[in-house]
Amino acid sequence: MDFSLTPEQNMIRDMVREFALKEIRPIAADTDREGKFPWETIRKMGALGLMGMTVPSEYGGSKIDVLSYTLALEEIGKVCGSTGLTMEAHNSLGVGHIFERGSEEQRRKYLPRLLTGEGLAAWALTEPNAGSDAASLQTTAVLEGDEWVLNGSKQFITNGSIADIITVMAKTDKTKGAKGISAFIVPKGTPGLVYGGEEDKMGLRGSVTSQLAFQDCRVPKENMLDEPGMGFIGAMQILDRGRTAIGALAVGLAQGALEECLDYAKQRVQFGRPISKHQAIQWKLTDMATEIEAARLLVHRAAFLEDRGVPFSKEASMAKLYASEIAVKAAVEAVQVHGGYGFTKEYPVERLFRDVKLYTIGEGTSEVQRMVIAKHLGL
Amino acid sequence: MMNIIVCAKQVVDVGEIKVNPSTNKPVLEGIPKKISDIDKNALEEAIRIKEKLGGKITVMTVGPPDAKEKIKELLAMGADEGVLIPRPQGADYHIVSKLLSKGIEKLGNVDLVLCGEASIDMFSGQVGPRIAGFLDWPQLTYSFKVEAEAGKVKAHRNMGDRMVVTEASCPAVLTVTKEINEPRLPSLMQILGSARKPIHEWTVSELGMDKEPARVLEKDLRGVKMERKNIVFKDDMDNAVEQLAEKLAKEGLLG
Repeated sequence: MDFSLTPEQNMIRDMVREFALKEIRPIAADTDREGKFPWETIRKMGALGLMGMTVPSEYGGSKIDVLSYTLALEEIGKVCGSTGLTMEAHNSLGVGHIFERGSEEQRRKYLPRLLTGEGLAAWALTEPNAGSDAASLQTTAVLEGDEWVLNGSKQFITNGSIADIITVMAKTDKTKGAKGISAFIVPKGTPGLVYGGEEDKMGLRGSVTSQLAFQDCRVPKENMLDEPGMGFIGAMQILDRGRTAIGALAVGLAQGALEECLDYAKQRVQFGRPISKHQAIQWKLTDMATEIEAARLLVHRAAFLEDRGVPFSKEASMAKLYASEIAVKAAVEAVQVHGGYGFTKEYPVERLFRDVKLYTIGEGTSEVQRMVIAKHLGL
Repeated sequence: MMNIIVCAKQVVDVGEIKVNPSTNKPVLEGIPKKISDIDKNALEEAIRIKEKLGGKITVMTVGPPDAKEKIKELLAMGADEGVLIPRPQGADYHIVSKLLSKGIEKLGNVDLVLCGEASIDMFSGQVGPRIAGFLDWPQLTYSFKVEAEAGKVKAHRNMGDRMVVTEASCPAVLTVTKEINEPRLPSLMQILGSARKPIHEWTVSELGMDKEPARVLEKDLRGVKMERKNIVFKDDMDNAVEQLAEKLAKEGLLG
């Protein structure tokens, strides 16, 4: 058993860390406060290959091993959750689905522009009445001549209104339940694709979360991804992969919270000494550090299994569940360590406190992760 | 076409060094290593020259075997090849510079040698000028702006109390300051591609340097103790500023 990273993995982590510190950290507070989408950052990330991490170079991507991908997400997630989520939803979900389940022609047609940071991808599964119970989605697609006609609405879609390409899950056969769901590629500007506004979120305010409606939205027949009825199965496969990625973002946020606390606790003096010398604070920070290390190992192991091509679904759910929950705890404690200052916008921990909650909800709630794990335990 | 050599040193990350309070010696074990920052500025400048004039960039390092991993970072940034020369036990600036100059001669047909003005760990600033001395090439030190053309190079140099512009014909040795540029980050594809670029390992004896004695012996290394004086000026702003200025002047800190 060898826990060390390869020289390339070290280099990738160092490169992304340096980029995150130089380019993202200085604007993270403004990105959140102004709810401003960081297009310039995304384009720079594209130039470094960070927007094509799940696609091989023959399509214009810069595919790397899953472990390296999690290292990169951790570094971005450490300094800015909004940018981290944008990057994750694009790579793991939007781009990931087209690459994993798309035909050669679809890959060649849609992927190149998405991999440079010029255009973003979104992925639309969730609906107002279909969240954890995703298979109950009500959006329909009906074949009329050479076109699929989509009707319905989608909610909480990351990158939704700013994406060049949206992968949409819709029912093509109402009699077949989950097996009657198919996936479609819907490009921006398709008539009938209506943007229903952005969510006014508690956190991750620099990421875009949109409502979408499809009103007789017509796409050519060849825009179906994969075989008919394979949309839900493909979506579940994509979500499995996304779980490790969300776990990595959560580890990054928790690590960011810890580092803020370490700096603050050494400076802040109470009762005549830095609060880092008080056991009450030390124990908070030691527990935080230990839990982060455990979460990171779960994320790395899930990534390692996926890289080896063996089943990783249980481990990915465990990684996402544990990492997101300890990250929430870390963010709460980080505010506590900062005391009254932690409750102000002067320090970044309040942003982490608001940002982190999404990680126990998005791409499968903690409860759904426990359902997945229970199934693997034969329950 | 420019055949460029960039000399790069692997150093410990000096920001991470702690001093053992009982021995007063710096603790160097377990400290992460990196390429000396200003050497990356030298490589960035070399890449810009290559982008303009074409050519080839070789990174040359005198260091331990694990420096190979750090050379890969420079290959990812845009260098074409690496050369690693082992650092003999107790090697001083004389030995390191002479090894590098022998390496440069062995490579042959070199137009430019670029170095950082100094390494961030020892900051002696000796290696670049010594290489120029051994090779008997012109040296343009402390360059903050470089204009290269085929066969010659012009450097704007910060000499502390004045700026000078110096032109030299190639081959020449340049040392650069941190202000000269912002080193680029390698992309993922460049990082993955760096594994395919060669790193040659040369021996001290093949450079004819196995019998060369060091001239300077490092006898001891101690950390500098820094203690805060913790003086707080509590008067109103005008008085406090005056008192602070007076105190600093007394300490001889206001020039």
